[in-house]
Amino acid sequence: MNRRLRWLLGLLIIIALFVGIIFYPPASLLEWQSISLMRFFFILSLCCVFCLFRILRGPTPADRVVSIDILGILIVGFCAVLGIPTGRPWYIDIGIAWALQSFIATIALAKYLEGKGFEE
Amino acid sequence: MIEIIAYIFIVVGLIFDLFGCLGLVRLPDVYNRLQASTKCVTLGTCSILFGLFLFRGFTASGIKALLCIVFLILTAPVSAHAIARGAHISGVKLWDKSVCDKYEEDRQTDARQERRE
Repeated sequence: MNRRLRWLLGLLIIIALFVGIIFYPPASLLEWQSISLMRFFFILSLCCVFCLFRILRGPTPADRVVSIDILGILIVGFCAVLGIPTGRPWYIDIGIAWALQSFIATIALAKYLEGKGFEE
Repeated sequence: MIEIIAYIFIVVGLIFDLFGCLGLVRLPDVYNRLQASTKCVTLGTCSILFGLFLFRGFTASGIKALLCIVFLILTAPVSAHAIARGAHISGVKLWDKSVCDKYEEDRQTDARQERRE
């Protein structure tokens, strides 16, 4: 019973977030490009909240490493979406640098999970 | 016209991202979570970057977006493979309903051969 109640509560929260994403900025106020960019940011923030939940809750260290990797890839997506309305070319530079740094960090953490040293 | 195609690419990428992260929360096991989330989120982010390239055309930021797509496709499977190998070696159990574990069998046969030698 308790398990089914928790499942229903999670479903309600996800449906509420979807409805909030679709209907929050009223479509009559702004033009549709800025509204759609707002919704892109909301959806990416929702993905980051899911990743942070797994980092907090993960039973093993491998779960946390996985979600840190996913968070790094999502931040590249954030930088790409930020590059659309501003028109500055250097946001995507931040994305490339972040992807490189996230890759190196994930390889180092995987080596740490294997229980070996960094020298091989 | 090309703006609308770019928005369609970005929306498809966001849907891939969202379902990948939902799999990260919902699935029961480290390996299931890894295989759901890494592929979906990599493809979704590549789709968002391709939408940015369609917006900008062959300018500085567009070519950098293509470079970032190549870089992500090259590095994300490598890091996922390293995480899976590290998790298996560090002793994370599989889900109790999973069917087979070929890597464990390979490691056991390797250990037997070493003992014979």
